Amino acid sequence: MEILLALAIGVLAGSGIWLVLRPRTFQVVMGLALLSYAVNLFIFSMGSLVIDKPPLVVPGLPANLEHYSDPMPQSLVLTAIVIGFATTALFLIVLLAARGLSGTDHVDGEQDTP
Amino acid sequence: MTLLPGWIIVPVVLPLVTAALLMLVGNAQRRLRSLINVVATAAGLVVAVLLLREVDSTGVGVYLASNWQAPFGIVLVADRLSVLMLVLVGLVSTGAALYAEAGWSRAGAYFHPLFQLQLVGLNGAFLTGDLFNLFVFFEVLLAASYGLQLHGSGWLRVRSGLHYIAVNLLASSLFLIGLAVLYGVMGTLSMADLADKLPLVPERDRGLLHASAAVLAVAFLIKAAIWPLNAWLVPAYSATNAPVAALFVLMTKVGFYAVLRLWTLLFSAEAAASAHFGGGVLLAGGLLTLAFGAVGLLASIRLERIAAFSVVVSSGTLMAALGMNSTALVAAALFYLVTATLSAGALFLMVELVKRTSVGGRAQRLAPDTSPEEDDNLDDQQLPLVGRAFPVSVALLGLAFIACALLVAGLPPLSGFLAKVALLSAAVNAEDGIANAAWILMALLLLSGLFGTIALARAGIRHFWSKGGHVAPQLRAAEASAVLLLILASGVLTVFAEPVVRYTAATAISLHAPRPYIDAVLQARARPGAAAPVAAGAPPP
Repeated sequence: MEILLALAIGVLAGSGIWLVLRPRTFQVVMGLALLSYAVNLFIFSMGSLVIDKPPLVVPGLPANLEHYSDPMPQSLVLTAIVIGFATTALFLIVLLAARGLSGTDHVDGEQDTP
Repeated sequence: MTLLPGWIIVPVVLPLVTAALLMLVGNAQRRLRSLINVVATAAGLVVAVLLLREVDSTGVGVYLASNWQAPFGIVLVADRLSVLMLVLVGLVSTGAALYAEAGWSRAGAYFHPLFQLQLVGLNGAFLTGDLFNLFVFFEVLLAASYGLQLHGSGWLRVRSGLHYIAVNLLASSLFLIGLAVLYGVMGTLSMADLADKLPLVPERDRGLLHASAAVLAVAFLIKAAIWPLNAWLVPAYSATNAPVAALFVLMTKVGFYAVLRLWTLLFSAEAAASAHFGGGVLLAGGLLTLAFGAVGLLASIRLERIAAFSVVVSSGTLMAALGMNSTALVAAALFYLVTATLSAGALFLMVELVKRTSVGGRAQRLAPDTSPEEDDNLDDQQLPLVGRAFPVSVALLGLAFIACALLVAGLPPLSGFLAKVALLSAAVNAEDGIANAAWILMALLLLSGLFGTIALARAGIRHFWSKGGHVAPQLRAAEASAVLLLILASGVLTVFAEPVVRYTAATAISLHAPRPYIDAVLQARARPGAAAPVAAGAPPP
């Protein structure tokens, strides 16, 4: 499972970085979104990947990480998701404004003539 | 009456409540909205000064959010460095708020709530003692800054804003990656707890720890505008409107603050094998930034670009001084931080006013494509303000510009000069001989001062002598008082330099010996509230 998740994070982050470096605004926004997915998965994986271990204390089980998954990264990733979502939405608005003002979707607003 | 720890939360809550209140005040009550904004910002300054006095006399104050003790809950910590930054935020933001009332606050929607939210983010980032909470406050201040940077709209703003937002979103991703690795290694994100547990990190995890610190540092260095990560700064700062640019001067200081706080806390002498990790990189980055900024100063013609490059120069100076890892240099750097922030803020506020001298004395229109809305009758509202021409406006502007130039370039007799002398004397008076880096820092500091003088003198000649100055430009009372406030603050700093230097020296000493800070945070105990928390946690059935 670790290898699968690591590969997924790697692919997401790699494509994200490639897209961020592209000259079109929409590609940049997609790249930032993919990067934030990769980062969110990465934070989540910091709480160690386990199956069938609850993050909340259950009566009868001693409260240590042998029996539970760490709830902290899960709460951190929730916050990160919300913030990333909001800032990406805001970036989308600026993208639209730039498109309207410049008439092109190039990040610098100037089309390179081939 | 003791202000600690209860009042520590006030610099965060006050602007937050004000922002909510300002959302409720409609467009019709413009006066009321302006009044609330300025009064709340000035009140923030007063609270910051009160906290500074209290912290200076009684020591570190720790506020436990929701009454949770340190490693488990989020803490707000008011130590000397935090409250010094709060006072700085108060001063610059009061100037910016006053200035904005002359017109800029009406150039678009929701200026005031965004302004206050930016203050929430700034104050929170300076106060928090938890790394993830620092991320949240970073995002609060960045989200507000995206809105403010675009305030007034226009293609230049939107284009530089697009780059600015993209770079900062990337920086936020790096911040989160660094946080996650750090949590994986240490199992905590409370700054004091991190510093406490750092010497216990096993040797096999040290590489991961250093990697996470490096990734975090890159995120902060982007915000502090360290070369080569600062290409976004000059276009964004020079394109945005004057009061927001003045406020943004504080934002690069947040990046510096984060590096200063975490580096001195985590990698202090106590940290055994990790002590002073990455100091060489900070030093080299700072020196390169200083050189880059100095060349940029010399190359700029327009005043707003000169102001933006002066921000880069001060960032580089601060980071280089921190990287040399000497208490005396950090003390001098903190004094420099105060004077550089005030003077860069004043310079950004003056840009627009100075330009008025070269357009026949008429107040310039805000921006070519700022079209007021239909119910936005600028003229009727502003009549009582617009007509009040200062008979001495040119003299006032000229003197203010000279004062600004002296402060930014670091020439005698104002506080900019004192700060540079303090830096230079701390650099050459090191106990273990003068390092090569100290010589480079000294040369670059003097060179940047020379280049700053040339650039500002050139701009002054262009605006006051060759093109304009014959017709008195119209200054509104709010604009003039905002600039005067910041310059007067620098004047006061010059006269009372000694107590301020003593304060920054005490700050630097406590930063380099962080044990009292760590103990104060970790030993802060929850107060017994009305409902005893023990009774609530019933034993499992």
